[in-house]
Amino acid sequence: MFAAADMLRVFQSYRGDAVVIPGRGARHWQDISTRPSRDIPLGDPAMGGHASFALGLAMAQPNEKVVLFDSEGDLLINLGALATIAEKRPRNLYHFLMDNECYATTGGQPVPNAKSISYAGIARECGYPAAYAFEDLEEFASNVEGILNEPGPVFVAMKIVPEIENDPIGRRQRWQTRTLEEVLRDVKKELGVPS
Amino acid sequence: MTSQGQALLRPEAVLEEFKKNGVTHVVWLPDSETNWMYLLMKAEPSLTLIPVSREGMAFSTAAGLSVGGKKPVVMIQNTGMLESGDSIRGWGLGMSTPLVLMVGVRGWTRHGGNRPTDVANFTEPFLNALGIHYYLIEHGGDAPRISLAFEEAERTKRPVAVLVGDEYHGFNR
Repeated sequence: MFAAADMLRVFQSYRGDAVVIPGRGARHWQDISTRPSRDIPLGDPAMGGHASFALGLAMAQPNEKVVLFDSEGDLLINLGALATIAEKRPRNLYHFLMDNECYATTGGQPVPNAKSISYAGIARECGYPAAYAFEDLEEFASNVEGILNEPGPVFVAMKIVPEIENDPIGRRQRWQTRTLEEVLRDVKKELGVPS
Repeated sequence: MTSQGQALLRPEAVLEEFKKNGVTHVVWLPDSETNWMYLLMKAEPSLTLIPVSREGMAFSTAAGLSVGGKKPVVMIQNTGMLESGDSIRGWGLGMSTPLVLMVGVRGWTRHGGNRPTDVANFTEPFLNALGIHYYLIEHGGDAPRISLAFEEAERTKRPVAVLVGDEYHGFNR
């Protein structure tokens, strides 16, 4: 396992102009990203939808590289998204999965069959042309540039150290610096989409 | 249910409404009321079909398309709409996604008479609970209401539903 923030720092070196949907890594990503106007930290609109959102964005903007940092709890809710992504085969979609084996924001309860699922295996069998799995940061670091130069859709499963939150939601510190409306306004401007 | 003497709602008329309103993508899951559209939509070069395996995914997919500047429509059955409640709330309402959802109304009879648990009984209360406005189409003369739904969705930046109430006539041909 490796830390989400360390992984995101490595990724940042190769990010280029990619549009990044940081998912549940957003808290760290906002301090690392050098292109915040091309980031889409959505918070949690509804659990289970990040992969489909990324697919829609990638299909709408085929000339933009779209990178998603998904989480295993989110993906498990709508595993069928993998089949749709595999069918549509967006060449510009890079689907990273942060697998911490638990629901960290609710106190760390394990996801179903937490330690035994091969998410890369599921993605591959759904039809992703390429799928990788990393448990070691150095191995991830030496492969990520090559992965980002492959045609998508590519799936990258990573074992991530859980950062468990136990405080009631009302007591948690708000880390977002932009509202959702501002996030969407900024990225649409970057993409040349009228608001 | 179509009243006697009224023109059937032809799939070509629905497709024409999509084209007139600049729809680019149809995010859908087949149902017994919309199956007639499939071949027609597939043959239409201006449309890209995106099949989903659970209706909730349609709303996050549509949100991504919309943020990217495209104009999706979601086409599902009322059963799946109920399953999609939180996705409609979060990815539709929460993201201010201007989106028309075409909803086949399984069990629609207009005059009631359903069993208490029929999904048709819950369709309009569900939309009302979420504050989603809807238009009903039952026959050919209703087709222009689809344009009204698109106009409202664009103006309000919200999801707007079109309830397809013709379950028995014209669709399963």
